[in-house]
Amino acid sequence: MNALVEIQNLSTYFKSEQGVVKAVDALELRVHEGETVCIVGESGCGKSAAAMSLMRLIPEAVGSIVSGEIWFAGRDLRKVSKEEMRKLRGNELAMIFQEPMSSLNPVLTIGEQIMEPIMEHQGLSKKAAQARAIELIELVGIPRAKEIAKSYPYELSGGMLQRIMIAIAISCNPRLLIADEPTTALDVTIQAQILDLLRKIKDEAQTAILFITHDLGVVAEMADHVVVMYAGKVVEVSPVVELFEEPKHPYTQGLLRSKPVLNQRRAKLYSIPGQVPNPTTLGESCYFHDRCDQCLDICRVKQPPLRDGGDGRKVACWLYEEESVRGQ
Amino acid sequence: MASTVSEVAEVTRPEQVALRSSLWHEAFLRLKKKRLAMVGLVFLLVMAVVCFIGPFFSPYASGKINTAMINKPPSFSHWLGTDSLGRDILTRLMQAGRISLTVGIASMVLSVSIGALLGALAGFYRGWVDQVIMRVADVLMTIPGLPLLFIMGAVLSEWKIPTDYRIYIVMVMLSLIGWPGLARMVRSQMLTLRESEFMQAAEVLGLRDRRKLFFHLLPNLTPLLIVVATLNVGGAILSESVLSYFGLGVVPPTPTWGNMMDAANTLIDFQKRPWLWVPPGIAIFATVISINLLGDGLRDALDPKQKR
Ligand SMILES: Nc1ncnc2c1ncn2[C@@H]1O[C@H](COP(=O)(O)OP(=O)(O)OP(=O)(O)O)[C@@H](O)[C@H]1O
Ligand code: SF4
Ligand SMILES: [Mg+2]
Repeated sequence: MNALVEIQNLSTYFKSEQGVVKAVDALELRVHEGETVCIVGESGCGKSAAAMSLMRLIPEAVGSIVSGEIWFAGRDLRKVSKEEMRKLRGNELAMIFQEPMSSLNPVLTIGEQIMEPIMEHQGLSKKAAQARAIELIELVGIPRAKEIAKSYPYELSGGMLQRIMIAIAISCNPRLLIADEPTTALDVTIQAQILDLLRKIKDEAQTAILFITHDLGVVAEMADHVVVMYAGKVVEVSPVVELFEEPKHPYTQGLLRSKPVLNQRRAKLYSIPGQVPNPTTLGESCYFHDRCDQCLDICRVKQPPLRDGGDGRKVACWLYEEESVRGQ
Repeated sequence: MASTVSEVAEVTRPEQVALRSSLWHEAFLRLKKKRLAMVGLVFLLVMAVVCFIGPFFSPYASGKINTAMINKPPSFSHWLGTDSLGRDILTRLMQAGRISLTVGIASMVLSVSIGALLGALAGFYRGWVDQVIMRVADVLMTIPGLPLLFIMGAVLSEWKIPTDYRIYIVMVMLSLIGWPGLARMVRSQMLTLRESEFMQAAEVLGLRDRRKLFFHLLPNLTPLLIVVATLNVGGAILSESVLSYFGLGVVPPTPTWGNMMDAANTLIDFQKRPWLWVPPGIAIFATVISINLLGDGLRDALDPKQKR
């Protein structure tokens, strides 16, 4: 089966004063129709940069996609024109962000903001779009939709605003919904409601979801597949159950050391000793080697490739390579 | 995906929704608390009503010359006296007010539109669009306004432009040199707004530039535009008065406050017949002051963040 999203060898670099930041480094990612894929990793490992690359919204002034292919529904998004890309955004490709409070325009009403992509991409009249907006507000579980449509963002709570963001995102029935830490800014009960809502959308509309988070509890609740990132690279890919039962990569093992149990929320990230490496000074070693408790000699001089284990799992670590490949 | 998931909805706070005082309503409430601004507003409204309706009740509205009534001081039949051609000063003052207010507002609309549009384009597109617009603005800002208007006024007389059209040309002239200040303000606001989180978030909606510019960005500048527009009206009224006073703007017999002040030009009128020039002087002064008071009040009312 062909994947809805197939990213190969994607690299996105930022220019900074200290040098080039390889925010995304040879990323591989696959999302099938109707599937939820979670990207996990510590802050700064390039999760958002990967998502923004997929949306082709890396600001030209500070960074660019330097290589790779981004296949979406049979098209390489790196090759489509700006205008075509604009037509995909908000339509087939939707995205929600971490901060619902500041993600809506303060001077437009909620209704007006939901109507925008509907009128743009579906060519609905103002009246029809209005009706659809009210439908969507009800759909994301907010009562008294007509009144809410007429109110301004500052009149609603964070949880309600995130529901509104979701309503906007699903307004054109997207094939892929990217959610970049959509619950990080919300308190725990609201977080659970938002996750419920997203799951419901996934089940009912068969929308594929690319879910970005650093919370393993959320991963356990949401994911079908998990992609673990470290310093811009994918270090492990696995179906969710297998990942929690038997994490392969030492970094994943570290993340799971706090033993978050499957289906239990609120597991905070266990902090692995050491720090995320300075992204401008990465050499040829395994990026994780100075924090890894199983480090081998080869790890310091050569990067492990992302190897397919044949069981639906991939891992980039020398521990899982044949002796002969490791050499020495 | 037809059913709702209201069972997981958190309860909306009822008082918040019921209190749907829109942004405008709240701003108006704040404005109402500003005593001076309200005095300005009321004065302007009264002034506008009197100027536009008053002449209909005046027996002297035709502006006919009456040689028997030249330069008479205020009396019961002529409350503010008569001028050198025997016309009623009060009636002319009201008729002049119509023109001065219209000129002020029309040139404000034109210059605010030009300034807002060019500033918005410069800030939104940056790059060469920005360069071209802002360099033109720089050049215009280095040209001293009054001398330029004098020169253009003189040129208009030289070319024998019909006096009826002069007024429109004056308005356009005022707008053409009046926009750079606003354009700069709008541009810098645009640059900030562009980077705001909600505009970044709006990027994922796939909207057209035109839509982003006019529907999402410019409405955020409404407070700024309203304040600048208000103050601009005062400025335009003053410029028109100055030009007309020097005989370069609106030419008699069409009255404006500026060309009525012309009476103060002769020593004998200035010393002996103050009813000729004091009323239009007060009208200009009071109107411009009122506009500035209202503008300041609006600034505070529309921008609650800027508390002093
Ligand atoms: N606009 C930018 N300019 C320069 N560097 C950037 C920019 N955006 C991101 N980076 C760098 O790219 C790297 C990846 O950032 P990214 O925002 O993708 O991390 P993240 O995984 O989303 O982290 P978080 O969990 O904090 O959101 C970081 O090292 C960051 O410093
Ligand atoms: S490659 Fe080596 S250093 Fe890197 S994670 Fe595996 S064992 Fe640790
Ligand atoms: Mg991020």
